[in-house]
Amino acid sequence: MGILKPFTQWATSPWGQNVPIHIAWFLIWVAALAGLAFLIGHAIYLRYFAKAEKFEGDVPRTLAAALPQRIPRHSLAARSFHWIMAAAMFTLLFTAFLPRIGIQFDWVTYHWIAGTILTASVIFHVIHASFWLDFWAIWPDKADLRDGLRRVRRFMGLPAPPPRRFAKYPLENKLYHGAIIVTGLSAIGTGVFMMSRVRTIFFPRNPYLFSDMTWGLMYVLHGLAGVGLIALVMMHVYFAVRPEKLDITKSMIFGSMRREFYLEHYDPERWPLELRQQESFRTER
Amino acid sequence: MAVIRDIMPAFELVQPTSIADAQKVLQDYKADAWIMAGGLDSFDWLKDRIKRPKVLVDLSGIGELKGVRITADGIEIGAMTTLTEVVKDPVIRQKYSLLADGAEAAASPQIRNQGTIGGNVTQDARCWYYRAGWPCYRAGGNMCYADTPTARNREHAILHADRCVAVNPSDSAPALIALDAKFVIRTNKGDRIVDAEDYFVGPDIDITRLHILKPGELLTAIRIPSTWAGARFYFEKVRDRNVWDFPLLNVASAMQLSGNTIERIRIAVNGAAARPLRLKAVEDSVRGKPAIASTGEMAGKLAVQGAIPLQFNAYKIPLMRNLVKRAIGGVEEARWVS
Repeated sequence: MGILKPFTQWATSPWGQNVPIHIAWFLIWVAALAGLAFLIGHAIYLRYFAKAEKFEGDVPRTLAAALPQRIPRHSLAARSFHWIMAAAMFTLLFTAFLPRIGIQFDWVTYHWIAGTILTASVIFHVIHASFWLDFWAIWPDKADLRDGLRRVRRFMGLPAPPPRRFAKYPLENKLYHGAIIVTGLSAIGTGVFMMSRVRTIFFPRNPYLFSDMTWGLMYVLHGLAGVGLIALVMMHVYFAVRPEKLDITKSMIFGSMRREFYLEHYDPERWPLELRQQESFRTER
Repeated sequence: MAVIRDIMPAFELVQPTSIADAQKVLQDYKADAWIMAGGLDSFDWLKDRIKRPKVLVDLSGIGELKGVRITADGIEIGAMTTLTEVVKDPVIRQKYSLLADGAEAAASPQIRNQGTIGGNVTQDARCWYYRAGWPCYRAGGNMCYADTPTARNREHAILHADRCVAVNPSDSAPALIALDAKFVIRTNKGDRIVDAEDYFVGPDIDITRLHILKPGELLTAIRIPSTWAGARFYFEKVRDRNVWDFPLLNVASAMQLSGNTIERIRIAVNGAAARPLRLKAVEDSVRGKPAIASTGEMAGKLAVQGAIPLQFNAYKIPLMRNLVKRAIGGVEEARWVS
C-alpha cells in the first residue's frame, strides 16, 4: 500500500484500521495539467518540427476511380453509441470534479444516472462490435506494430522505410481505445458497486457489502480512473478539432469521409470497403 | 475514535476587537482558521482533537457584533448576541416573539448565557458518528455510518438525505426563516445578504458543511424585517429531555390572518433534514384557507410527502405531520384523526 500513499487520502476506520478513502484531490490538477502539456507539446511539434506524412506505395488508379465520393465509415448505431457515450462521459467528469474545485451543485443524482447510461451504452457497444462490426479492427495487429516501429525510427531520424497506410483505425487510435477500455471499465466496475452506497433505483443501500479496506481501494481505483479520463478526454477532444483530423471527426457525425482523405491515409487492403451495389474491395491478404 | 482529553491541540489564539480585524485574519488563514463564537460547538471539536485549526479567532471581543438594534425596517441582531439577550430583548419579545420562543428552546439557561445567535445557526451537525471523528462523508470520507441497517439513527433525517443523513440542530433557524430574516455575511468583497433559508445548505450541494459560509467569511448580523411583526406565531420543539436537548423536530410559523382565514404564512421545520426546511408547498396550499384543524391536517400530510425513514426514525413522519398541523390549526385542535 505504500506506493499508494502519496496519491491517496487515508483515515482511521471505527475499528482502528487505517484505510484509504479516496484519491488525493491534487491529482485532478495533475491530470488536467498533464493533458494540457501534451496538447501544447503536440501542437508545437506539429507546427514547427513534424515532417509531412509519407506512406509506402500508391493506391492503384483503377481502385481510386471505382470508389464513391463518400466512403462509409461509421454506422448510425456506432455513431449514436459514440455520442451517447460522450455525453455520459462529460456529464460524469463534470459532476465528479466540478464540486471538487469549488463549483457546488446537486451532483450525485446526475452522476449515477450518467454512469448508468454509460454502462448501458458500453454493453450495447460490446455486443454491437462483437456481432455486427469487425471486432478485431480496433485491436493492434502485427502490421500496426511493424509500421509503428518504422514511424518511431523515422521520428528519431533513424533509417526506416515509410510505413503502410492505415487500417480503419491507426495504431494511436487503437492504443487510445485500449486506454479507454482500462480506465472506463475500471470506473464502471467500481461505480456499479459504489451505487450501493447511495440511494438509487437499482439496489437497496448496503454499505457493508465489502470491508472498509476493499471499499477504500474501490474508491481509489474509481478516482484514479476518473482523473485518467480527464487527460484522455482532453486528448480526444484536441485531436477531434485538429484541422488534419476533421475528416475523421466529421465521419463520426455524418457517417462517411471524403474519398480523397481515404485514399491519402488508408490502405484499402487493410480497411476493405463493402459498398452496397458495388464490388467489394476486399482482397486476399 | 474520539476521546475527550480536555486538552486542546495547540493553536494560535487571535482575539480581534473589530470586524475588520477579524476578517483580515480569516482572509489570511482561510481554511486554517476556526471561528469561535460562544465556544459551545468549538470546544467539543477542539477538546476531542478532531478539528485542529492553526488559528482560533475568538469573536467575543468584537462589540460591533453584539446587541439588538432597531432599524428603519425592523431589527438587526449582532451575530454575537447571546441567546439569553435575544430571549430577553423587549422588542423581540413584543414583535418577534417567535424568535424568542425558538431561542429559549435551545439548550439550558447556562448555555444560552454563553451561546450566541450566530453560533446557534452556524453550529455543526450533532450526528454522533460524525462527532466521534469517524471518517464519514461529512468528515471527508466515503461512508455514512448513520445510514446502515444497524445504525442508531433515531435523530437523523427523513427528508432530503443525500449520502449523509445528519440533521441541522438549530432551534432559532426555523424561527428566523419563518420571520423572513436576512443574514449579513462579511466577505472580502463587502457584505453579502442572503435570505435565512439560503444560509443553510444540504449534503446534495455541500456534504461537509451545514451553511454557506466559505473560509474567510463571517456572519456578522441577522436582520428581521417588520413584515411579520406581531403576526400569529407558533413554535414547538420536541426533544427527548425537556430540560436540555437538541430537537428531534421543531416547527416555527408566522401567520397573518383575516378573521380566521390565512392571508399570508411562512412555516419552517428543523431536525428533519440537514438544513432547516421552509415548507413552501404547505404555505401555498393553506393560503386563503381557514386556520383550523382540517387545514392543518391537510398541511401536515403535504409536509411529509417524500419522507424516507431510516431504521429507527419513522416516528418523525407522524411527528412532523402533527407539528405542522398544530402550527396551522392550533394546539386545541391537535387531535389527529387518521
